[in-house]
Amino acid sequence: MSGHSTYVPRTALGKWFEARLPVVRLLHDTAVSYPTPRNLNALWTFGGILAMMLVVQIVTGIVLAMHYAADSRIAFQSVESIMRDVNWGWLIRYLHANGASMFFIAVYIHIFRGLYYGSYKPPREILWILGVIIYLLMMAAAFMGYVLPWGQMSFWGATVITNFFTALPIVGQPIQTLLIGGFSVDNATLNRFFSLHYLLPFLIAGVVVLHVWALHVVGQNNPLGIDVKSEKDTVPFTPYATSKDVMWIVLFMIFYGWFVFYQPNFLGHPDNYIEANPLSTPAHIVPEWYFLPFYAILRAIDFNIGPIDSKLGGVLAMFGAIAVLAFLPWLDTSKVRSGRFRPIFKVAFWLFGVNALFLGYLGSVKTDDILFHVPGLDYQAVVWAKLSTFYYFAYFLVILPVLGYIEKPKPLPVSINDAILAKSAPSSAH
Amino acid sequence: MTAKMIRWAAAAVAAGIALTATVASAEEKAVEFPLLKPARQEWSFAGFFGHYDQAQLQRGYQVYKDVCSSCHSMKLVKFRNLADEGGPGFTEDAVKVLAATYAIEDGPNDAGEMFERPRLPSDAFPSPFPNDNAARAANGGALPPDLSLIAKARAVHRGFPWFVFDMFWPYQEQGPDYITALLTGYQDPPEGVEVPEGTYYNPHFINGVSLRMPPPLDNDVVEYSDGTPQTKEQYAKDVSAFLMWAAEPHLDARKELGLKVMLYLFVFAGILYFVKRQVWRGTAH
Repeated sequence: MSGHSTYVPRTALGKWFEARLPVVRLLHDTAVSYPTPRNLNALWTFGGILAMMLVVQIVTGIVLAMHYAADSRIAFQSVESIMRDVNWGWLIRYLHANGASMFFIAVYIHIFRGLYYGSYKPPREILWILGVIIYLLMMAAAFMGYVLPWGQMSFWGATVITNFFTALPIVGQPIQTLLIGGFSVDNATLNRFFSLHYLLPFLIAGVVVLHVWALHVVGQNNPLGIDVKSEKDTVPFTPYATSKDVMWIVLFMIFYGWFVFYQPNFLGHPDNYIEANPLSTPAHIVPEWYFLPFYAILRAIDFNIGPIDSKLGGVLAMFGAIAVLAFLPWLDTSKVRSGRFRPIFKVAFWLFGVNALFLGYLGSVKTDDILFHVPGLDYQAVVWAKLSTFYYFAYFLVILPVLGYIEKPKPLPVSINDAILAKSAPSSAH
Repeated sequence: MTAKMIRWAAAAVAAGIALTATVASAEEKAVEFPLLKPARQEWSFAGFFGHYDQAQLQRGYQVYKDVCSSCHSMKLVKFRNLADEGGPGFTEDAVKVLAATYAIEDGPNDAGEMFERPRLPSDAFPSPFPNDNAARAANGGALPPDLSLIAKARAVHRGFPWFVFDMFWPYQEQGPDYITALLTGYQDPPEGVEVPEGTYYNPHFINGVSLRMPPPLDNDVVEYSDGTPQTKEQYAKDVSAFLMWAAEPHLDARKELGLKVMLYLFVFAGILYFVKRQVWRGTAH
């Protein structure tokens, strides 16, 4: 797909530049002439939406950093002065805080789109793994960002999460001490988290460049999951993809604005409007919503497995839940990419989606809560969490590897163009 | 196949909601606080066109000043805020006079000495105690929380499926609803309920069966000059509204701007829809 460049400099300035740094050619090939499958649906606009969100987060974040003070004695007050006294400070902060949530909503849709249409399969393994790295960096950035307002959930969330590292034998304790800059979460922690929170988005931007580069080498996947065969299967990126991307970006902004203007605190926790207090532990420490499924997996492992105690087991399961994504290209043995042509996969996939939401819910309740007061189903939440965690891993480690051998996929269309013609003229298809 | 998938998913979701609906009605095993969920009140600042009721904020400030401020600080609010747009709407002169009735320690002066001076509009509301320890000592060991953000720092768990519905029909007045319920919720403990010494039974309290704060409001404890009924309930509602303003002083501006932004985005999205259709016309996809 990164075939012959069609860019021809027309102006004198364009020619002068072209001879010295062909950056206009690069942009032209990337965002104008780049051939994109003509059958992409709206789910393929989330890459663009994510790029927009990254820019929004960086811009609002830089402005916030101008007013924020990373000092545990005044951090909380400095955030409040942004909310109260800085011109448009409330808007910028609400955009940034809700922007993090929007970023995760978009990235989850983007990831699930990839899971359903098999976007991780050859030749897109590197593209997929770069995506997993971006996701990991996003999680680190979001976690550290949540610590900065120095509210109760900031402090206790940081305490709980950095404590995970102590589960590792030998190296655990030193890693934790290094991470928080002492023996408990304190000013040193806040300072290094602020520094890293400012750094990580630029690392993300760097990996995004690689992600897009890899995308432009292998080309976009599409809802049919079949390779582009000829020019008839594609349309140029501009104006086709751009007009669609921009429309969906604006629709996404409406969704974003809905939260920023009408329920800016819906996705946050009320305890974070209480200043951090190391002497008072909140009744119920919960992470931000986008970490809840992993939090549920962590808490599901409440038993020892041989030499691995429950704490280490939980931490390994939690990190394993993310790490397993990186191996997905080799775990899924089916040659067919798109879930459209895989009847059994389809069921397993949707179950996985519902299961992921359920895990999120389980992460938000106490482990001994009874979810269903129905005879026979009145188990504690942790029992459900174990079942859900089991399915989460079984999907990747059992179902996807086995399905490739036993599932009989439906016949694939010859080409994207053929499928479109058959769809637009159904009477001519037999 | 998509239709089939959607039907399947919809059935699953419906089943889930039905199942949890039975859960909600079933009795709870563990004791959850608060024992009683707060009732939903009508607020002028709720909804898409919501804005603070200036007269209510003024009354609420009066209740705060006459009752709450004897134990609770409000360190993040400054006197000048009382004259800010979208607030209680005091005149700047009134704010100056009001601020000057409180003293503050300043300094050091040229001689190196600390001195007292009247507060300026740029100074914060005075705190009733010099520090947290003094506040605890005067209140039986309990620290009366700072009220600057209390209306955003308290919210009773809505639970599934309500929080899902709240996403589509915003409910951001949980704080004032809770405060109103708490302030009017004091009652005698039911038989068999032991209340720790020095605490007061209140089934609306978020953190236990009782709290150290004695019932702060009663009928006629604050005198209103505008003829508003001087009832405990009215005081509670007015001070809750005031506390919401203290926690979220730019709410009016936010909702006003939100309306404009949303309108703009809807129109823009509509135009972009037609642009997209025009671009793709004649290209099967």
